[in-house]
Amino acid sequence: MFSRAYKAAISLPPLLWVASFLLLPYLLMFCYSFWSVSAAQTIVHSWNFANYRQLLWVDVYWQTLLRSMWIAARVTFFSLLLSFPLAYFLSFYAGARKDLLYQFVIIPLWVSYLVRAYAWKTILGSEGVLNTLLQYVHLTKHPLEFLLYSPFAVVLTLTHIYTPFAFLPIYAAMEHIPRNLVEASHDLGATPAQTFWKVIFPLSVPGVLAGATFAFVLSLGDFLAPLLLGGPSGIMISNIVVSLFGAAYNWPLGAAISLCMLVLVVSLLFFSERLEKKWSIS
Amino acid sequence: MSSTTQILMTSATGRATGTLLSIRNVAKQFGKNVVLRDISLKVAEGEFLTILGESGSGKTTLLRIIAGFENASAGEVWMGEERLDSQPPYRRRVNTVFQSYALFPHLTVQQNVAYGLRVARKPEPEIAARVSEALDKVKMSAHAKSKPSEISGGQQQRVALARALVNRPRLLLLDEPLSALDANLRRQMQVELKSLQREVGISFIFVTHDQEEAMVMSDRIALLRSGELEQVATPREIYGRPATAYAAQFIGHTNLLKCEIRAGLVRCGSLAWPANLPDGVALFSLRPENIRVAAPDAALAGRVCAPGKVLQQAFQGATELLRVECKNGLVLVVRTPAGAGALDNVELEFSPDDAVLVRESPERI
Repeated sequence: MFSRAYKAAISLPPLLWVASFLLLPYLLMFCYSFWSVSAAQTIVHSWNFANYRQLLWVDVYWQTLLRSMWIAARVTFFSLLLSFPLAYFLSFYAGARKDLLYQFVIIPLWVSYLVRAYAWKTILGSEGVLNTLLQYVHLTKHPLEFLLYSPFAVVLTLTHIYTPFAFLPIYAAMEHIPRNLVEASHDLGATPAQTFWKVIFPLSVPGVLAGATFAFVLSLGDFLAPLLLGGPSGIMISNIVVSLFGAAYNWPLGAAISLCMLVLVVSLLFFSERLEKKWSIS
Repeated sequence: MSSTTQILMTSATGRATGTLLSIRNVAKQFGKNVVLRDISLKVAEGEFLTILGESGSGKTTLLRIIAGFENASAGEVWMGEERLDSQPPYRRRVNTVFQSYALFPHLTVQQNVAYGLRVARKPEPEIAARVSEALDKVKMSAHAKSKPSEISGGQQQRVALARALVNRPRLLLLDEPLSALDANLRRQMQVELKSLQREVGISFIFVTHDQEEAMVMSDRIALLRSGELEQVATPREIYGRPATAYAAQFIGHTNLLKCEIRAGLVRCGSLAWPANLPDGVALFSLRPENIRVAAPDAALAGRVCAPGKVLQQAFQGATELLRVECKNGLVLVVRTPAGAGALDNVELEFSPDDAVLVRESPERI
């Protein structure tokens, strides 16, 4: 239908784009991760595994990586906890208000990430909305310190930011469940609760997996929320990468950590897709 | 215009049996849209009742009210001594075969059939025995481990049937279950479904828009039109003695004759026959096969005769369909056994008993 020349011409720009802005940078990062920095602060092109060894043996790196995963896991858990019932309600019980409520879930995505992160800062700070309120009603005498600059603040903010991302695939999966399956289940004597566990939940699992993957991967790589709200105890692995590429000027170590995260995320995506395929019905 | 329905309580064997389901003055409206009006209907034990109607006649809504997926706006549904319409669908001893089968796509054929027994927490050995018995009955044992997406439409149909029957409901509802199948498979399934119903002895309420299907399968047909029952009768009776013009036209072909009755004589164009009816205007239904082409001047006593000219002659295998113009421009459709050749001027004759007085079917919104 289309000539070879035409096909080549239209596929060239995206291929060039992917090559120069994705493949090339990854290749460079890959190379950097085996190089090192000399005492005179220059990059030495000597190939070795020193950076990877450092990542495994220096506590702060692997501990921060583990803590980041722990934060991301909690964000995933709470995002699912919020978005699953919301998607279920919207898809099955919202009736005519469905579209309006759906928009309410989407609207926060139009607001800048920074604005939303700063909003939590004003809410959680020692002079913030929440602490002022707690002291006003005499629940506490002093501002609660753990609210801001803590892993708690990071988990809270990231949950707020990534819940719509978890919600969307779950909602889409539920919208695709034929309603006559629910009727068939009731018809066969299943109560609403049995219908939920035997029909609705199994059929929404692919959406839950996709939503969980979104929430986990996006929050694992986040660095703004920990930067703004995390404090020293709420630092995440991306903050370390940022500082290694910046002030610390250790690009090789930064590249090694980045590549580890990349491998982690890609394998996660791979497994979640396998699982989704296994659960989805064609 | 409430439908006074004559209720025949005979089962397939002609033996009078008890009422299983009674629908009492059920009405349904969606907003301002009236879908069902004052429906009263009884279904006998072991009966195969077909709700026949065009799309939009309300037949599926009536079925959904019995199953419990819709609430009636008025009226009651009773099963024996038990009021059904106040109970949720999962408490009714009624099972449905859906138009699109609605098999659970994440479960195997076997698990689909076992679903009703599992949620009822029957012991596993009993479930296994009943499921394999049900799959045997619909000849689907070989596909027990398949997913619904791996089997054909006709096979899915059988699984849906097994899934419903395995629960031993007192009443099975079937919502146009054959409409997705091709013509050959459809005819085969009609026969199978009917013999299965005889075998299990469960009452079936079968919804269809196909009048032929209704005739083949049913003990009785309930003809629904724009949310009201036109007639409830056996296939033979509804065909031979249609109550309304709509019933006469919807089930089979007919000639609708608008006649004038005066002094015990019915007149329609050049046709006339005696009838013991009050004066006025009336509609008569005369089936094409009840009109015969007679030899000229061979008029029989007590039969109505009229000469006519053949306008059209369509050969249909065993029979031929003729359009014959009689005097005064009256055109009759006549079905005769396939004859020797072309016909031109013919003498038509029919028995006055075959001209059935029918009520007019006024337009409804």
